[in-house]
Amino acid sequence: MANRSTIKIRSKHFPDYTLVRTLIAHTMETGRNKNQDTKALIPAHFIQTLSFKHNDKVMSECHMGFGISKNPYFSFKIKQANPGDKITISWKDNLGFSDSKDHIIQ
Amino acid sequence: MKFLILSLLALSSFTVHSTPEGDSQALRDFYQQQFPSIAFSEYADGVYAFDADSKAAWLAINEFPPYEFSLEIGKTLFNRPFSNKAQYADCFPNKGIAIAQLYPYWDETKQSIITLASAINDCRLKNKLPALAYESDEITYLMAYMADTSRGLLINTRLPESALSAYERGKAYFYQRRGQLNFSCASCHIDNAGKFIRSEILSPALGHTTHWPAYRLKTGKLGSLHTRFKVCNRLIRAKVHKAQSTELRELEFFLSYLSNGLPMNGPSIRK
Repeated sequence: MANRSTIKIRSKHFPDYTLVRTLIAHTMETGRNKNQDTKALIPAHFIQTLSFKHNDKVMSECHMGFGISKNPYFSFKIKQANPGDKITISWKDNLGFSDSKDHIIQ
Repeated sequence: MKFLILSLLALSSFTVHSTPEGDSQALRDFYQQQFPSIAFSEYADGVYAFDADSKAAWLAINEFPPYEFSLEIGKTLFNRPFSNKAQYADCFPNKGIAIAQLYPYWDETKQSIITLASAINDCRLKNKLPALAYESDEITYLMAYMADTSRGLLINTRLPESALSAYERGKAYFYQRRGQLNFSCASCHIDNAGKFIRSEILSPALGHTTHWPAYRLKTGKLGSLHTRFKVCNRLIRAKVHKAQSTELRELEFFLSYLSNGLPMNGPSIRK
């Protein structure tokens, strides 16, 4: 699935804010789960930082641990967003993998 | 005299209900009488038709459903050609698009029930590929994609004369008490539908086949209708039949016939 983006972003306008929602495909392994067949521990693999940019300006940077669920979902409210604004969401995990995606607000 | 009339009435209603059309109408009338405020099409939403708060939460999750990644994988798998250049699309009418509402159906030549899952595996065998395990992620994702293309279409399970005995066996399975707890499917989903079992609401039998595969928040992944049947049987401490076994296929056929005319809304989300 290397060529498929792990991030999905959607935005929706409300009377006094714009809601940006994101769903990220990630295993979020805690390091305490066991492989059912070999009984060996599955190494920890989780997102450490998630950054949320609005027109290339960092609005939020989330420092996360292994307590976050698999395939996490986040939503952000922006007070002032106009059609054509760019939202960038990117993540980086403890094994050095990362992904980033742009979204243009309609 | 009164007693005689009553018993005659009971007798006549019994004879009317023993046809499949009668069963279906009796079930609809029963729910209509129990829950006059719920419209027929709302039964496709299962328990969410019964509780406004749960429905609001459910609709909120549905705006950005967690099964979307699985659906994408399903689409890729569906469109990937086999080694002999054939595709899943070649095995199905209308290239496999918008046909999930026609399953399960009765195959006259094989004299058996064909479900969507068994049709996918038949297609693989025809193309000299190993059959998929019935509860594997791969077959569930494929079914999710195919169900998604049928979203909104009405369930249309046909019941030819020769399928009547399979229907009757499915019906018998549904009403048969079993297991250590001595429950039948009907104990929960007809007698007590819409009532609470601890903190959960029991779903009505009408609409049981509309929304599969379903992403269960409990397991965090898509699961098939037969997986759910197995869980039901385990919960009442009865014998757990295998996914796609004859018993469960007949049960699916029976339930699907009862849900005729309800819109397909799978894949969906359930607690």
